[in-house]
Amino acid sequence: MTQLAVEARTTAKVPPRAADQSYLAVDNLSKIYVADEGTVRALDRVSLEQRRGEFVSIVGPSGCGKSTLLMIAAGLTSSSDGEVRINNKPIIGPRTDVGIVFQNHVLLDWRTALENVMLQAEARKLDRATSEARARQLLNAVGLAGFEDKYPKSLSGGMKQRVSICRALIHDPPHLLMDEPFGALDALTRDQLVLDLQRICAERSMTILFITHSIAEAVFLSDRVIVMTPRPGKIDRVIDIDLPRPRTLAMRDSSKFVEYSREILNIFLARGVLREN
Amino acid sequence: MLHAMVDRTMTVSIEQIEEKVKREKTALRTRERKAELVYPILVAVGLLLVWEAGSRVFGVPEYLFPMPSAIIGTTVKNWMLLLNETWVTTVEILLGYFASILIGVPLALAIFHWPVFAKSIYPLLISTQAMPKVAVAPLLVVWFGFGLLPKVLIAFLIAFFPIVINTIVGLVSLEREKIHLAQSMGLSRFDTFRLIRLPHALPSLFAGLKISITLAVVGAVVGEFVGGDSGLGYQLMVANGAMDTPLLFAGILVLTLLGLVLFWLVEALERWAIPYQERTNSMGVSS
Repeated sequence: MTQLAVEARTTAKVPPRAADQSYLAVDNLSKIYVADEGTVRALDRVSLEQRRGEFVSIVGPSGCGKSTLLMIAAGLTSSSDGEVRINNKPIIGPRTDVGIVFQNHVLLDWRTALENVMLQAEARKLDRATSEARARQLLNAVGLAGFEDKYPKSLSGGMKQRVSICRALIHDPPHLLMDEPFGALDALTRDQLVLDLQRICAERSMTILFITHSIAEAVFLSDRVIVMTPRPGKIDRVIDIDLPRPRTLAMRDSSKFVEYSREILNIFLARGVLREN
Repeated sequence: MLHAMVDRTMTVSIEQIEEKVKREKTALRTRERKAELVYPILVAVGLLLVWEAGSRVFGVPEYLFPMPSAIIGTTVKNWMLLLNETWVTTVEILLGYFASILIGVPLALAIFHWPVFAKSIYPLLISTQAMPKVAVAPLLVVWFGFGLLPKVLIAFLIAFFPIVINTIVGLVSLEREKIHLAQSMGLSRFDTFRLIRLPHALPSLFAGLKISITLAVVGAVVGEFVGGDSGLGYQLMVANGAMDTPLLFAGILVLTLLGLVLFWLVEALERWAIPYQERTNSMGVSS
């Protein structure tokens, strides 16, 4: 199960995201947590590849180790066995060539929306004026114009997560890692953010690894969806999403979209993640 | 009836309704603010009046429980003395308090940064806290005499523990995700500390500072009780010995005011240092 790279796609159908170079390689990755209640097998010999410029989603039930996988890919958590490589170089410490959007917004209470976005630029010692212009532009792009000087306590949950997305984008990271970024938001806000994300991604050549438990979100955004089994997390199936871009909300009712969703749903039903009586 | 309602929606614009709601809201807020000021004053004045009247009606002797008028009279009569003693006590409190900050905060940083140091020093720290400071006070008098130093030391000993503990709690309570964020941005350990961990710890640090300022007052007064020749605590002992109960009450009154003023100063500093903070007042009601 070392090779899960999928056959070359017909690049003609998805021109903006076309890419073949292998970028991220996860090789036989395992993660065991030792707790008082016993050991937990979070990841069981997982292998996958992501090409440059590709949007890959990992879908799975809660506790299947998908967040762990992302944290290991970011170099923030150690693996118990196996290897993660970027451009064929093994990851040994925290990666700084990434932008991470966490499950929670992780904003700093003492900084305004703009200052929170600028934290990334300050940390990387980027030029202040250019970064600030960029930060404003990003905040504007996610519909936060006029909220730049507001502190997190006066922003809604969806707004906070938007700020954190801007923070992950301001330095134009080659790899964007998103860990269930919309999980805590209401359905309408999710739809809007998914659309915003698609638009922002279309404008730059970013490689995105996206963790979610929403089938619709995964199908809508991805070039490829990786379905994981319940604990211990293994890769169940890899599904190429062959839908034209930009994708529209109406497309969710198209037969192809429904087919993809049904395919993933059937996997979950077969695995007992979902039960229909 | 139905016609009347239809007419209303036609004639009243949404802007007018908005104006009306705004006006009502402002009026309500002003009323609330007034109530916050007026009711406590009314209650306090009421209690004082009941006290005064009770004392007069039942003829409570002054050496047992003086009337408010007598206490205020004594305070005014002895204002020069009380002011002098207040100055002495304030110096002791502030020196002890600043010492507890200057030693407590770096100690907390060291405990946070070096786990081995933390493990070695923690039992000792807990022991100094378990030990009643009042019991140590006479020893400090033996060692350092009747001057300023023993009072400052006792104020310091009582005040510094909450500062150490609260600073550590603030430093440790940083969420894992914020650490991950810092790492992914390539922040150095020092910059992570400066930009994220320290500001994160500030509310907790200030909680410690607020507890400690009231404790420093207690420490200084205890020091003066045990062996002093000046200060409000010493004056309380003198008044007690002379059975001058009104002066005793006057001393307590001044000490209370001093404690309040110092607490307010720390709170003002907190408000200045962390303006973004959602605040809770002393009763835990967010305002």
